[in-house]
Amino acid sequence: MLAADAIELSSGWFLENAWLVGLIPVIGFAVIIGFGKRLPMKGAEVGLASMAISLVIALGGVVQWIQRTNSADTGEEAGSLIQAFGRTLPQATEGEAKPFVTPVVTSWVWWQNSGLEFGIGSSIDGLAILLIALVAFITLLVMIFSVDYVRGDRRYTHFFAAMTLFSGGMLIMVMSENMVQLILGWEIMGLTSFMLIGHWWEEEANSRAALKAFFTVRVGDVGLLVGTAIIFFGANQWAVDNLDSNGFNIAAIQAWALSGEANTQFLLWGAVALFIACIGKSGQFPLHTWLPDAMAGPTPVSSLLHSSTMVVAGVFLVARIYPVFWEGFNIGTGGLSFIAIIGAITIVIAALLAFVQDDIKKVLAYSTVSQLGYMMLGLGTGAWLPAVFHIFTHAFFKCALFLCAGSVSHSGSHHSFDMKKDMGGLRKKMPVTFAAWCVSTLALTGVFPFAGFWSKDEIIDNVGANGYTFLMWVGLAGAALTAMYMTRATYLTFFGEPRGAAAGHGHDDAHAEEHEMEHIGVGAPEPRSLGAAANAHGDDGSDHSDGPHESGKLILIPIVILAFFAVTAGFANPTPLASRFGEGVEVLKTYVEPRATPISTGEVIASGPGESVRIVTPSVAPSAEGGEGEGGHSKSGCGFTAPETGTVCFFPGVSHAEPKFAKILLSLAIVAVGYALAIAFCVAFYGRRDERLVGLTERNRALRGGFLFLKNKYYLDALYENVIVRAIAHPIANAAYWVNQKVIDATVNEVGIGTRKTGQWVYDNIDQKVVDGAVNGSGWAASEAGHGLQSTQSGKVSQYGALLFGAAAVGAIVLVLVNVS
Amino acid sequence: MLAVNFLLLAAALFSIGVYGVIARRNAVMVLMSIELILNAVTLNLVAFALMNGAIDGQVFALFVIAIAAAEVGVGLAMVLMIYRNRKSIALDELSEMKG
Repeated sequence: MLAADAIELSSGWFLENAWLVGLIPVIGFAVIIGFGKRLPMKGAEVGLASMAISLVIALGGVVQWIQRTNSADTGEEAGSLIQAFGRTLPQATEGEAKPFVTPVVTSWVWWQNSGLEFGIGSSIDGLAILLIALVAFITLLVMIFSVDYVRGDRRYTHFFAAMTLFSGGMLIMVMSENMVQLILGWEIMGLTSFMLIGHWWEEEANSRAALKAFFTVRVGDVGLLVGTAIIFFGANQWAVDNLDSNGFNIAAIQAWALSGEANTQFLLWGAVALFIACIGKSGQFPLHTWLPDAMAGPTPVSSLLHSSTMVVAGVFLVARIYPVFWEGFNIGTGGLSFIAIIGAITIVIAALLAFVQDDIKKVLAYSTVSQLGYMMLGLGTGAWLPAVFHIFTHAFFKCALFLCAGSVSHSGSHHSFDMKKDMGGLRKKMPVTFAAWCVSTLALTGVFPFAGFWSKDEIIDNVGANGYTFLMWVGLAGAALTAMYMTRATYLTFFGEPRGAAAGHGHDDAHAEEHEMEHIGVGAPEPRSLGAAANAHGDDGSDHSDGPHESGKLILIPIVILAFFAVTAGFANPTPLASRFGEGVEVLKTYVEPRATPISTGEVIASGPGESVRIVTPSVAPSAEGGEGEGGHSKSGCGFTAPETGTVCFFPGVSHAEPKFAKILLSLAIVAVGYALAIAFCVAFYGRRDERLVGLTERNRALRGGFLFLKNKYYLDALYENVIVRAIAHPIANAAYWVNQKVIDATVNEVGIGTRKTGQWVYDNIDQKVVDGAVNGSGWAASEAGHGLQSTQSGKVSQYGALLFGAAAVGAIVLVLVNVS
Repeated sequence: MLAVNFLLLAAALFSIGVYGVIARRNAVMVLMSIELILNAVTLNLVAFALMNGAIDGQVFALFVIAIAAAEVGVGLAMVLMIYRNRKSIALDELSEMKG
């Protein structure tokens, strides 16, 4: 802990200037809004370019973060001055705790208020840079997809503008170093998601969905504001005393929560309030209802919303200030946390809902909700790394699935998303889309060796290893359900007989019209040429027929790239392989998970905003009590015992489960059983129309009840709309109407009448008599004086001269008299 | 006192000038009367300069002479133009300025 032992951490241009990643999309948004329509590609190129630049900076940041972490572990820094001076450096040897790698902070003072300084800038650590790179990458691919997919849309430019700002909001949020900036990014996303979901607002259902999404998330946002305030009041004094920071600083909040001096009430209620925000944003039960409705937006929006932005924001918030939840919900000591319960409920209820959806995008939406439940379950039970890992892998395969659904509707089913009416048998017509869909489905369901297997099984495994056996079985059941509903969706879309639009007809069918999610209301002034664009996209000029066909290159390339990552992303952290190939294969564990090592407060430079730009690259002192935080299941160190005086922790010592072969086999077997059951059912029910199964819900009362219960989404929407909204909104609306009519209008009217009377009096008395009188009087006086003096103007020079001299003489006489007397 | 004589002379000249301006019909005579008035004033200035033993008044008198020359030039030009237009320079016939 001596300063002499400090290791210089490497930093770099990309890490220090990561704030550019957030700024560039915002500038891109302004440029698109301002000049987009005049550009050759209607603004799409600005969006693509801004995301591409952001991605380059983000990837540079990833490389430099890896270097920085390595420099902390080995003491070797590329081009290090310290090494040049030949000093020996302490190295993290086996069994010793690896030093905490401090984030790279670049921030400016945004505004000041009553002695508090609010910064804006970037704070880059492993989690932030992972998500920044992920968001930039996914957004870029989705934008490439959108170039073709929304071509010809009447608000094409606005679409790209909103997409750019949307991912900008997410980037601003994930790089934030204080809660205020986090709220800023959070709200930018809330606003732009409203714009994007309601992109085709001419149809009432779409604008209703946008409003629903906005208001449902707003309900949670109240929790964010309240939680931030609670945490601020709890943490501020401690942060000022110990870290020269304030209670909005995220690092200070983390350290405060783990300091052992934090008030448990503040922690508990702050965590509850913040988690309510996450419930709203991440679509957790019971506020998940907005997510499926958000499918009203264009498919690229759904894809982006559900993979790497927006819904992940809630999970990110929990992961970001994890110590608050860790301490507030006693996760470290095995408490059954609010987060874990909500997550587990969400997994099951959303997976069940996915069975009764006919809309392919809604199946995927509920799948997202369910997968977010896994992430929350992981976070709620101490499996931080697997949850973050699941964010990472889920982004790829869920994005790929949505883009596949978009591709199917774009080229296969004539803009319908109804699996039962307009799809079926598309696997031969759309081989690339089908292959990508299958790969992503396997990844989603967690089949070895696809991406989802590594992350989802990690979560389930860790949940079990942390002592939550029941929740582990919930997770396994969810995995089986996932396999089943995805089989159903795959079967309905790609197998069986083509139906409706997929069979090449259905263009003029009335039912196709009414089910077209992406069709504008009849009677719109100009045709929203998306239907026309489907027949005229330039990339596959060979096929202009109306029947289903494969999509164009611009649509397929992003899908294929994402499908590739759906296969390979899991190898970023293949924990079961670590025993064979060493811990080096666990890239995310090494570089993303913050180390649970205390560091002395002297080494922490307050990362609050300074007087000017400040680049913070503090040195790190390895803790003297190293070794205790390491080693899996030890229940001491950060997150369990308070750090020594003068030292702070930023991350609790989460445990990692030892992968067991039997467990892996068990989960794979459960998934396999799920697949087998679902395939058998699909073939029998949808393929052969087996009499024993068809109409079962009509014949069996219990099943019908269950079906209706699911079909009505547990009556949650009805509850919200008819009970809560009605109960709250109607009396309020009536009261507001009464107040409006009786109080405000009456007041306004009275004031109006009074003012009018006063005005009349003023007009009659003051304006007419006084003001006009004065004006007219002065005119009259001047006129009369002029007439009176007219006679003197004879025109005779001699007379003028006489007057002049006479007046001069009188003046002279007066002057003389005055002076003499 | 010597200066009083100057002042009396100036007053007499001024009165003659004023009479000429008011009583004469001929524009040239009026101009000449104005010259008389100016000269009376100039004489006053010189007289006061003598009384006070300062040279300011004399300098000022020189300026007045110069300005008077210019004024007469302008005045005679106007009289000439009036004559050309009306074949007369009788001031009592000129009443266009009547209000």
